[in-house]
Amino acid sequence: MKYDAIVIGAGHNGLCNAAFLARAGLEVLVLESNSYVGGAAVSRELHPHWTYSNCSYVCGLLRPEIYRSLELARHGLQIVPYGGGVTFTRDGDILGGYLDKDLKRRELARHSARDADAYMRYGRDTMRQCRLIRSLLLRTPPDPSSLRWRDLREMMHVGKEFAKLGEAGIYDTMRFYTLSIADYLNEYFESDVVKANFAGSGIIGTALGVQSPGTAYVLLHHYMGDVDGQMGAWGFARGGMGAVSQALAAAVQAHGGEIKVDAPVARILTRGGRACGVALANGDEYYADTVVSNVDPKRTFLKLMDPGDLQPEFLARARNFKIRGSSGKLNIALDGLPDFPALGAGNPLISGDMHFLDSLERYERAYDDWKNGSWSKDPYLDLLMPSLTDPTMTPPGKHMMSVFVQYVPVKVNGHDWTDADREAFKQTVFDQIARYSPNFRSLVLHAEVRTPRELEAEVGLTEGNIFQGELTFDQLFFNRPFPGYAQYRAPVRGLYMCGSATHPGGGVMAAPGANAAREILRDLHRGSTVPEGWSDD
Amino acid sequence: MTERQTVVVIGAGHNGLVCATYLARAGRKVLVVEAAAQPGGAAITREFAPGYRVSAVAHLLHLLDPVIERELALARHGLSYARSSLVNVSLSPGRPALSLDGGDVIAGEVSPADRSALQVHAARMQKFARVIARQHARVPPRLRFESWHDVLPAAAVALDIRLLGRKDMREFLRIATMNIYDVLEEQFEHAGIKGVLALDAVLGTRLGPRSGNSVYTALYRQSGSVNGRSGALALPQGGMGAVSNALVSAARIAGVEIRCGAQVEEIIVREGRATGVRLRNGEELRADRVVSNADPKTTLLRLLGARHLETEFARRVQQLRAVGTAAKLHLALSGRPQFRGLPAGLLGERLVIAPDLDYIESAFNPAKYGEFSAQPIMEVTLPSLHDASLAPAGHEVLSAVVQYAPYDLKGGWAAGKRPFLAAIMAVLEEHAPGIGALVQHAELLTPLDIEQQFGITGGHWHHGELALDQFMMLRPVAGAAQYATPVAGLYLCGAGCHPGGGIMGSAGRNAARVIAGGR
Amino acid sequence: MLARDHFRQLVCETPFHPRTAALNQLNLWHRWRDHTVADAYFDVGMEYNAIRNSCAVFDLSPMTKHLITGPDALAYMNRLVTRDVAKIKPARVGYCVWCDDAGQVIDDGTIFHLREGVYRLCSQERQLDWLHSSALGFDVRIVEETNDVAGLAVQGPTSCAVLKSLGLAGIETLTPFGLRSFPFAGGTLEVSRTGYTGDLGYELWINPERALQLWDALFAAGADHGIRAIGTLALEMSRIEAGFIQAGVDFLPADRAVRVDRTRSPFELDLGRLVDFSKPNFTGRRALLEEQHRGSRYRLVRLDVEGNKPAKDAYIYDQRRTNVGVVTSSMWSPAAKASIALASVKMPWGAPGEELAAEIYYQKELKWNRFMARCRVVEGAFFDPPRRRATPAADR
Ligand SMILES: Cc1cc2nc3c(=O)[nH]c(=O)nc-3n(C[C@H](O)[C@H](O)[C@H](O)COP(=O)(O)OP(=O)(O)OC[C@H]3O[C@@H](n4cnc5c(N)ncnc54)[C@H](O)[C@@H]3O)c2cc1C
Repeated sequence: MKYDAIVIGAGHNGLCNAAFLARAGLEVLVLESNSYVGGAAVSRELHPHWTYSNCSYVCGLLRPEIYRSLELARHGLQIVPYGGGVTFTRDGDILGGYLDKDLKRRELARHSARDADAYMRYGRDTMRQCRLIRSLLLRTPPDPSSLRWRDLREMMHVGKEFAKLGEAGIYDTMRFYTLSIADYLNEYFESDVVKANFAGSGIIGTALGVQSPGTAYVLLHHYMGDVDGQMGAWGFARGGMGAVSQALAAAVQAHGGEIKVDAPVARILTRGGRACGVALANGDEYYADTVVSNVDPKRTFLKLMDPGDLQPEFLARARNFKIRGSSGKLNIALDGLPDFPALGAGNPLISGDMHFLDSLERYERAYDDWKNGSWSKDPYLDLLMPSLTDPTMTPPGKHMMSVFVQYVPVKVNGHDWTDADREAFKQTVFDQIARYSPNFRSLVLHAEVRTPRELEAEVGLTEGNIFQGELTFDQLFFNRPFPGYAQYRAPVRGLYMCGSATHPGGGVMAAPGANAAREILRDLHRGSTVPEGWSDD
Repeated sequence: MTERQTVVVIGAGHNGLVCATYLARAGRKVLVVEAAAQPGGAAITREFAPGYRVSAVAHLLHLLDPVIERELALARHGLSYARSSLVNVSLSPGRPALSLDGGDVIAGEVSPADRSALQVHAARMQKFARVIARQHARVPPRLRFESWHDVLPAAAVALDIRLLGRKDMREFLRIATMNIYDVLEEQFEHAGIKGVLALDAVLGTRLGPRSGNSVYTALYRQSGSVNGRSGALALPQGGMGAVSNALVSAARIAGVEIRCGAQVEEIIVREGRATGVRLRNGEELRADRVVSNADPKTTLLRLLGARHLETEFARRVQQLRAVGTAAKLHLALSGRPQFRGLPAGLLGERLVIAPDLDYIESAFNPAKYGEFSAQPIMEVTLPSLHDASLAPAGHEVLSAVVQYAPYDLKGGWAAGKRPFLAAIMAVLEEHAPGIGALVQHAELLTPLDIEQQFGITGGHWHHGELALDQFMMLRPVAGAAQYATPVAGLYLCGAGCHPGGGIMGSAGRNAARVIAGGR
Repeated sequence: MLARDHFRQLVCETPFHPRTAALNQLNLWHRWRDHTVADAYFDVGMEYNAIRNSCAVFDLSPMTKHLITGPDALAYMNRLVTRDVAKIKPARVGYCVWCDDAGQVIDDGTIFHLREGVYRLCSQERQLDWLHSSALGFDVRIVEETNDVAGLAVQGPTSCAVLKSLGLAGIETLTPFGLRSFPFAGGTLEVSRTGYTGDLGYELWINPERALQLWDALFAAGADHGIRAIGTLALEMSRIEAGFIQAGVDFLPADRAVRVDRTRSPFELDLGRLVDFSKPNFTGRRALLEEQHRGSRYRLVRLDVEGNKPAKDAYIYDQRRTNVGVVTSSMWSPAAKASIALASVKMPWGAPGEELAAEIYYQKELKWNRFMARCRVVEGAFFDPPRRRATPAADR
C-alpha cells in the first residue's frame, strides 16, 4: 500500500499533523500501536462507569487557532473552564486561588497584605513573558547558525518581538529565562505559602527543583494557554482528554485520512538515503515518501531506525537527549465526594486544583528525593476532581479524582519499578491526601497508579517523560529536540518529527503537529493548510 | 581642562587599585580610601599564626588579565610566580590519585575512551571559554537598539559566537545554559574526572553540579591565562598579597594616593550628583567622580542609600543574590601531611576533594536549606612547598577553599563554626590520616567572617552570585551594568560588575575606561 | 485578620450600606473592587444636579488608604511622589502622582498631612507593593487602612451650609485642600475641603463604627438644603466637567501595563505642575528630566466638541486627517452646555486653541451615523464656579 504520508503514532500531535496534511489533499495513514488513539490524551473506562483522563487531565494550552481551523467544535470537542486552585497548609489553613480577582487578592492578603498587591506585578510580568512566547508558538524556530533567508527572517521576527519589550523588558526576559522559579517568586513575594502556591507550575513534569535555574520558564508551559481569551485559564475537555484526540481523529477522517490502531510500527524503512515507509511488528509494510514520527526522538532514531541510516554524531545527540521522567499519576474512583475540612463547606475551590506543599523548602526536598533515586516522600500533588465539573465522568453522586504526582523516578534506587514499589508509592500519595481529607481512604473504589514505568509501557513515552523531553533551554526552541534539527526535519530525507519533543514542546497544545505539517507541505510545494498564530496587541 | 579632575576610589581591592592606576595615568588626580589597614581587599597575604603566612582569601591566581599585567608592568613591580601551572589532583580514598593537566591525564587509571573524550572536551571548553574571555575587556552592551552606537557592541558579542563556526556555535548555544552534571555525564565514565571538572563549575557559587547555568560558571573559571597558558593556575611568590603589592607600587608610581584605615561611611550626593565621600571619622573628601570597589549592595544601599535611586532600580539591587557559600581554611602544620594514594611529587599541586558528581551534589544539598555540608568539597593547596617565605622551616601551610558553608546558616555561625571545622577535619583526616596531629593552628573563615573582615556582602566570592541572570548587561543589575550608576558621578569597579570575581582586574580597567572616556 | 471563609461574602458592604441600600430604589450597584457602592439611586440627572445645585453625598469608603508614619515619613513621601511634600503643611491635603523609574505615572491620589509627620495617602489603585518597595532605606511604617476609615464626599453649593447645620462650627473658614478635625459622637470626624466634582465640597472621614450615626446626622442636617445621595454615574459626570483624570480610563497605571508603550508621564497627562525638580530625588526624576529635554510623546487635552453627540472612544484627527489620538472620557456637559472630552493626542498636536476633529459614531433609533465633529483644545476645567475656591465658603 502506498500513501502520500504516514504518521507514526496517533497522539494528539500526530493526529493534528495528519489532519492538516489530509486537508491539503494528501492521502494520509496514521498508525497507532495501542488499540485506541490519543497517546497521552485519552479517556479510558478503567473502572466500570468511570472515565479516567488517565494521563493528561486538563486542557488549556490547545492552540485556539488550531481548534478553530480544524473545526474541533464541530467534531465534538467542548472545553469547560474550571475554577481556581488551593494550597493547604500544615497548620490547617488554606491559600485559595479564587477565580474572582478581588476574592483572590483578599485571600492572598490573609497571608500577606503586601503579597496581595505584589500579585499584580507578578501577573503583569508573567503575562509579558506569555505574550512573547505566544508569538512564537505557531512558528518554526530559526536556525541561528544559518544564513538562509528564511532563518534570517525568522531571527528578525524573534528580534522584533524582543525589541517590542523595550530595553528594560529585554533584561527582564533574559533573567526570566535563566532564573529558578524560587528566585523568580522571591522577587515578588515574602510569604512562603504564597510562593509555594505559585511554585508548582515551575516544576510540573520537570526533572528540576524549584531552586534550579531555568524553572521560571517552565511556568509558561502552564500560563501561556487560554480558554476563550482568558490567558492562563484551564479547562476540562468534556468527556475527558480523550475528547481532544477523538475530535482530532474525526478531523483526520473528515479530510479522508485513515487511522489504524493496533498497528505498532517496528521499523522506518529507507531507500537510497530517504524514508520510504514503515514496517509493522507483524511484518506488514506501508509505503510513503513522507514519514512523520509522533514518537519521541529516542524511540524514533534509536529503536525504529537502522543505526546505519544515521551519522554517529547524530546518534550521540539522540542518546544524550534528556528525557528523564519525573512524574506519576493516580486516577481514583470514589464512592462519594471526599471532605476537605480546611476548605469549609460550600467552598468553590473543591472543584479546583489542590496542592499540599506549603513551603519552597518542601518542594526542594521533594526534588532531592527524586535526585537520590526515590519518589518524593512528601510529594507535590496536583489533585483535581473533574467529576465536579464534568457530569460525564462518573455516575451521579460518585466522583473521580485525578492526582498528578511530582517527583517520581524512572528507576527506584537504580532498579526497575516493582509492584511492591508501586504499592508503597501509592500509599505515600494516599497518606498525603488523607492528611487533608479524613474520609478519603474510605471512599476509594479503585485506583490506577501510573509511574514512569507505566507511562513508558502504555504510552510509549521514553522514561515516562510527560513532555517527550525535558524543557531546559538546551532542548527548547532552536535546540528542540537537537541543535540543527529544530525545523521538524530529521536528517533522513522524507522523515519528519511532529511530537512534543519538537518546538514548542509538551502539553496538549497541538502546535508541534501543526508546525510540522506546515514544513512538510512546504517541502511538497503545497499550499499551507496550517493557520497562522493570531496576533494580539 | 583647567583643573585636574579628582577621583575618590572607595576600596583598595585589586580592582580598585587597577581602576585608580588607569585613571591616574589618564590624568586624573586619584585618592584611594581603604577601610582595612592594608590594601588588597580579598587579595592579601597575612599572618594567621605566628610565623605562618597565607593568602587570606583568594589563593590561586588564574584570571589576572595579561593585558593589565603587561600595561601596569606588574613584573617590574615585583610580581613573580612561585608556580605558574599547578595541575589538578583528584583525591579519593579508594582510588589511585588522578591527575589532570588541561586535557591530559598525568596520573591515574583512565580508559582510552575517557582520555580522548577529555582531549575533546578540554579543547572545546577552551574554545568556548575564549568567547567568554573576549567579553572580559569590554563594557557590556546596552540592548536598546536605538542607534548603531547601541547595536554594534551587541553585534560584536553575536559575532564572537558566530565565529566559532556552525558546529561549535550550535554546541555553544546548546550547553551555555546547561548544568555541568549532564554535560559531563554525556562524555565521561571516570567518576574522578567528572568530579574535578565539576568542582571548577561550582567553586565560589551557590550552585551544585546539577544546577542549570553551571556550564557558564565552568567556562568563566577557565577564561583566564597565566604566562600565556590559558586555564593555568598560579601561586604568586609571597602569596596573593604580592599581586596587590605590585598593584600598589604601580599605582603609587602613577601618582595615586592610597589611604588605609579610612572607612567610607557615606557617599555624598548634592543635587543628584555624587560629590565626594564622608569617612567614619567625619572627614569629608570632595571629588568630581566617586568610584566604588565595594560590592554593589554595600555601595548602593549602604554607602549611597536607596533614597538617591529609583524604586525599581533599588529593588533590583536589593534582590541581587549574594549569599556566599565558600569558606576558607588555613592550617599551620608542623610537618608535611601524607595523603593516601598520592605520590609525593604531587603534594604541591591543587588537591581536589570532589571524588564524584553525586558527592558534590550531596555536599550542595544542605546549603539550600541553610545547613553546611557534612562532607564538604575542597580545593587544597600547600603553598609553603613552593614558597619558603610562608612558613617556618620544616613546617607547612595548608590553604583550602571549602564548600558549602552558606552565609545564612540556620542557627548562626557562632554556633556552627566549630562543628563545621570538625566536619572538615574529619574529611581531611580520611584523606590524609594523621594530619590532625600536625595542626598547630587552624583558622576557618566562614562567609560571615569574610563579610566582617573584608566588607563583602554575604562574603560572596564574586560580590554577587555569578549566574546568567546576573551576568554581562545584567551585572550587577540592569541600569548599572556599564559601570556608571544612575547617580551622576558615581561608578562601580569591583567584582560585582562585569565580568565578575576572581583576581582579574578587568572590572577595574573597564570602569576606568568608562570614567576617563565619559562625559 | 479575615476569617478563612470570607469567600462566602464575595463582595462586601461599606459601613454606610444599610442606608445606601435603603435609598437605592433602582437597585443599581457598582462594584468598586470588593465593595459595592450605588451606581445611581433614583435618577442620575437629579443626582448630578444635586452636585451642581444643592448638596450631594457620595460613599467613598472603598477608596484605598494607606497610613504612613515614622521618622522618615516626609523624606519617604518626597521620594515617592513627584511634588514637594514638604510644602504640604500639617492639616493640609495635596493632589499628587507617583511614577515608576521610567517616569510613567503609576497612580494619582491625595496626600493628607494628618499631623506633623503622619500622612494618609488615598489612591485609586492598591499600592502596598509599590509603597513597600519604595520604603527600602527609609524608617517608615506603612499600613493599609482602607477598611478602617469610612468616607463620604459631601459636595455642592449648599454643602457648607449642611455641615454648619451638622454643627461643624467654623467650617466655612476651611480653605480648599484644608483639613480639620471636629468632635463627633464621642470620637473625631475629619473633614477635608476636597473632592472629585470641581465644585464646593468636602470629604468626611470617620471610624466605621460611627458611620451610620454620621449619615443620619448629615441627612437630618441637610434636609432643608436639598441633600441627596448620589452614585458613581453622577460623580463621573462632574469629574469630567472638572477635567479630572481617572486611572484606568484616561491613563493606564504604569505598574499594570503589560505592553510597554501604553503608559504616560505626568507631563503627558497635563500634570507637569506636580513635578518639582528642585526637591530631593524622587522615583522617575531622572527620566522626567530627560523627557523635559527630549520632549514628550503625548499630551492630554480637553476638547470642546462641535454638536451634541458624545465623542465616546472617538479617534482624533488633525486638519489633514492624520490620526493623532483618541478620546478617553467624554460627555454632554449639562453645566457647560457643551459636548466635552478628554483626549490623549500625540505631540506636537493639541496646543491650546488648536482645531482638531473627532470621529463620532452614534445611533438614533437603531440607525448609525458617522460624524466628523470639529473640536477645539481648551484650557482648564469645563466648569469652574468661583464658589469652588471662595473662602469663607458660601451657603448656597
Ligand atoms: C573563600 C574565597 C576564596 C577565593 N579564592 C579565589 C582564588 O583562589 N582565586 C581567585 O582569583 N579568586 C578567588 N576568590 C575571589 C576573589 O577573592 C574576589 O573576587 C576578588 O578579590 C574581588 O576583588 P575586588 O577588588 O573586586 O574586591 P575586594 O577585594 O573585595 O575589595 C573591595 C575593597 O573595598 C573595601 N571596602 C569595602 N567597603 C568599604 C568602605 N565603606 N570604605 C572603604 N573601603 C571599603 C574592602 O575593605 C576591600 O578592600 C575567592 C573568594 C573567596 C570568598
